Amino acid sequence: MANNVDALYIFLLVVSALMSVLIFTMVIFFAVRYRKKAGVRAEQIDGSHALEITWSLIPFCVFMVFFVWGAAIYFKERRPPQNSAEVYTVAKQWMWKFEHMEGQREINELHVPVGRDVKMIMTSQDVIHSFYVPAFRIKQDVLPGRYTVAWFHPTKAGTYHLFCAEYCGTMHSGMVGSVVVMEPKDYQAWMGGGGNQPLAVTGEKLFAELGCATCHKTDTQGRGPNLVALFNKPVLLEDGRTVVADENYLRESILQPTAKIVNGFKPVMPTFQGQISDEQLNALVAYVKSLGQQSNAPAHNVAAATPQP
Amino acid sequence: MHTSPPATVEGEAHENPALLHHFATEEQQKNAASLGMWIFLITEIMFFGGMFCAYLVYRYSYFGDFAAASSSLDLKLGTINTIVLIGSSLTVAMAVRCAQVGKQKAIAVYLLLTIILGVAFLGIKAIEYKQKFDEHHVPGLANFHLEGHVPRHADVPVNQNHAQIYFSLYFAMTGMHALHMIIGVGLFAYLTYKAYKGRYGPGYYTPLENGGLYWHFVDIVWIYLFPLLYLIDRHP
Amino acid sequence: MATAVLESGERETYLNREYGIKSWLLTVDHKRIALLYLMGITFFFFIGGFFALLIRLELLTPAGDLVQADTYNKLFTMHGQVMVFFFLIPAVPAVLGNFLIPIMIGAKDLAFPRINLLSWYLYIIGGMLMVYTILAGGVDTGWTFYTPLSTEFLKTNVTTAALAVFVSGFSSILTGLNFIVTIHRMRAPGMTWNRLPLFVWAHYATSIIQVLGTPVVAIAIVLVALERLFHLGIFNPTLGGDPLLFQHLFWFYSHPAVYIMILPGMGIVSEIVCCFSRKRVFGYKAMALALLGIAVVGFLVWAHHMFVAGISLYAALIFSFLSYFVAVPSAIKVFNWTSTMYKGSITYQTPMLYAFGFVGLFTIGGLTGLFLACLGVDVHVTDTYFVVAHFHYIMVGGMVMAYLGGMHFWWPKISGRLYPEGWGRLAALLVFVGFNLTFFPQFILGYMGMPRRYWDYSHSPEFQILNVLSTAGATILAVGYLLPMIYFLWSMRYGKPAPDNPWNAAGLEWTIPSPPTTFNFEEQPVVTWEAYNYDELDQRREEVPVAH
Repeated sequence: MANNVDALYIFLLVVSALMSVLIFTMVIFFAVRYRKKAGVRAEQIDGSHALEITWSLIPFCVFMVFFVWGAAIYFKERRPPQNSAEVYTVAKQWMWKFEHMEGQREINELHVPVGRDVKMIMTSQDVIHSFYVPAFRIKQDVLPGRYTVAWFHPTKAGTYHLFCAEYCGTMHSGMVGSVVVMEPKDYQAWMGGGGNQPLAVTGEKLFAELGCATCHKTDTQGRGPNLVALFNKPVLLEDGRTVVADENYLRESILQPTAKIVNGFKPVMPTFQGQISDEQLNALVAYVKSLGQQSNAPAHNVAAATPQP
Repeated sequence: MHTSPPATVEGEAHENPALLHHFATEEQQKNAASLGMWIFLITEIMFFGGMFCAYLVYRYSYFGDFAAASSSLDLKLGTINTIVLIGSSLTVAMAVRCAQVGKQKAIAVYLLLTIILGVAFLGIKAIEYKQKFDEHHVPGLANFHLEGHVPRHADVPVNQNHAQIYFSLYFAMTGMHALHMIIGVGLFAYLTYKAYKGRYGPGYYTPLENGGLYWHFVDIVWIYLFPLLYLIDRHP
Repeated sequence: MATAVLESGERETYLNREYGIKSWLLTVDHKRIALLYLMGITFFFFIGGFFALLIRLELLTPAGDLVQADTYNKLFTMHGQVMVFFFLIPAVPAVLGNFLIPIMIGAKDLAFPRINLLSWYLYIIGGMLMVYTILAGGVDTGWTFYTPLSTEFLKTNVTTAALAVFVSGFSSILTGLNFIVTIHRMRAPGMTWNRLPLFVWAHYATSIIQVLGTPVVAIAIVLVALERLFHLGIFNPTLGGDPLLFQHLFWFYSHPAVYIMILPGMGIVSEIVCCFSRKRVFGYKAMALALLGIAVVGFLVWAHHMFVAGISLYAALIFSFLSYFVAVPSAIKVFNWTSTMYKGSITYQTPMLYAFGFVGLFTIGGLTGLFLACLGVDVHVTDTYFVVAHFHYIMVGGMVMAYLGGMHFWWPKISGRLYPEGWGRLAALLVFVGFNLTFFPQFILGYMGMPRRYWDYSHSPEFQILNVLSTAGATILAVGYLLPMIYFLWSMRYGKPAPDNPWNAAGLEWTIPSPPTTFNFEEQPVVTWEAYNYDELDQRREEVPVAH
């Protein structure tokens, strides 16, 4: 997809260069050709409606090409593919913390295999940061208090710069790292080392520890809604609205349970704001997402040493 | 568009000492002053508009908490204040009217009444602020707490963060409004003094008119603030 | 025409009518107020420029070895705040606009001379607050004050900086208000809207933006200050607030603000191009409508600064689409200036050199705006040096060059002296070369991925060569800017006295003496001719003085 961005960029460059050359040439040409000469007077020309319309419409049409092409790229770029491997990211002053679904944690370095879609689910612990990998031509601001999402599809092994691109204080320019794209076998090897607990399993454990299972039962209907196969489905709220249970919905439900009350349920869920860290929150969200979705559990097609939830 | 008739050389005597040297006629001066005041009021609309925008966004997101916070305001005092302020707009209009028809002495009286009503408004506002302070509804303080629950949900307590946002906007918006009123009162004190000195009459009352415009604007802002802040989800 | 003469035998002008500091600090003469502003903005230009030089010096090497990280962050913040709020926004309107608009429409002064003086005092108070902020240790929020960084995480002088910007905003609002009323109500008989110089139209459009947009950023800043002081949560996510709300409120003004900065420059360029091509402008109505169009559509595009900020996909689509609309009137203007030169009778005095520079550089800057409006490309280049290059092309390559062009064009009128033409052309050339060397490499740096606001780039030494080129350009640019300072001052004492109309230019300002008297006109003019009546002027065959 980076290639598409470059293709559009080159198109913009070519059109701009042509336009610049045109204007520069005309200005210089006129400046010389119509240089003041003794006895020759300037010719007063009022204007031309036809010209004004022409040189408004033609550029506008060209602009619309820019717009549509750019919008198409952006559309794809804002919608991660369904079966992407997910990496939960917590940005903080001044480092990047990554956690793979398989449980690996990394700081400032992100290892991914060639040829697989990767979806970054990101939040910030403090101020606004921005996840920027120039080589992939992607960038997404990372906000405190909610998730934002970016995705990419690495095509070539190598190490690529990761920069924070939203000014975030003293060491903004030090909040850098790399995305290390590895050949699949090398990635397997890297992944295999160190028995990590998959993120969803961490989430499962927390779910039990924090007492979530008391109300959110998987087999019967408890005091809280059944969370199995909930992710990305529409939810009817008691005020009549319908929302989609995406990552931000799950996050909000844990931190501000009374913000959106599900139809038919009482608002008895306590808030966990301030009681769990962003990493723990990510684990819980990862767990809930995995419920009832065994068949498309993404990261688990890589041979892992640990059992799946 | 308005164009002015030829002017005379500067420095010559004019009939009306109020005519400033760079204007050709009194009419031009009056029109300029009016247009200037209207444009100024438009800037004020944009100024308050920013806060109204923030208010609308959060009211939509946190309706229940905003409704709960709104019902903690003193509706009686708010209503009295609304009547007081509308009354003061009436007295201003009367002052301008008196100038137009030449009732010199009454001008200062009506202006003074306006000031009194304005000060009354501010006094009642101060009482309300004190109430908020006593009830621990001042945002940003450690002891902030809005008791109660979201309307029609007896089991959902008010979210304190959202309530604080309501009160932040409440104090910011009414505070900014009160600041404008204080400036208005000062302005009117000056106008009252000038009126008392006999400055205004049928031939010249532009400052009264423009001062009145300003006052009416401040009144209108309150007429928006009152239902938005005090009357969220109130039922008889 | 009788002209007043002083005891010394000199002709009485607005400069020598009264002496003494009180006659300046309490003046209501729009021309003196313009000069008061000139001093202020020149002061701030050099402060902002000094910060820029330090930034460029730091970036010569990848490592952060000149200043500390916090210091660097303060440097780019204050460079931005000083340049935007205390130079770019006031410069043309408050200096050239104040001086010229009443004269151009045939009036004795602005509609509200005392409010004009108040505007200057507000500017100075805001400026002093900014100076205080700098001396008290500076501020490092970035000129954009994004929350929650600015409200919760910084211990620097955020509130005083916010106050400085707030106060200067009121200066801007009052100037805009004054211009609108003046243009509506104070035009001389016969000076219809269709005969107004484009300089006046440009300031009219600018004033609309000033009046409508500035109050919104004022309230955004007030809320930030209140949040900081009282630990409120309006923009703080941990307290239920939304940092994006701040961004919307901020950019709602700050995007139109860039049009406040450039429209007056466009007005200047129209005046200069017509004069030095000896022609009326091509497409007068289109040019005037384009100015108004930019002002109006400019209010509809602000979230193109937020494409990666977390706004919805659909909002992004709308703002990208609208952003392309605002490019059309700008393009029209470039085409019309170029067409004005066609079949003209062109000379190359300093103002015209700056106008040439403007047309070329604004074209490049504007075209790169198309890249940024394009969603797919913007994702890659936003928050990088590509954006920095884009806006400097417009602000510096465009606006500052227009400002300098205007200062040279009207200097004889303002000061009664001629500047040295040879030095003028040299400075213009240095500015042009220095500017391009400074900022063109930054487009490439941006596409390569160098983010903005980076103190240290030792992780990416491949950025160094382009940074070195950029810094080299900056030093040339600095010289180019110092020269006019020096020779303008020199000319006030030693420059040749200027005739009423050294350029044989059109416009009412050239029909009165250089420098003008306090009340501008002996008698109110009655206008019976169209704008840019160059055929008539050339008919009278007055000599254009040759460069010396």
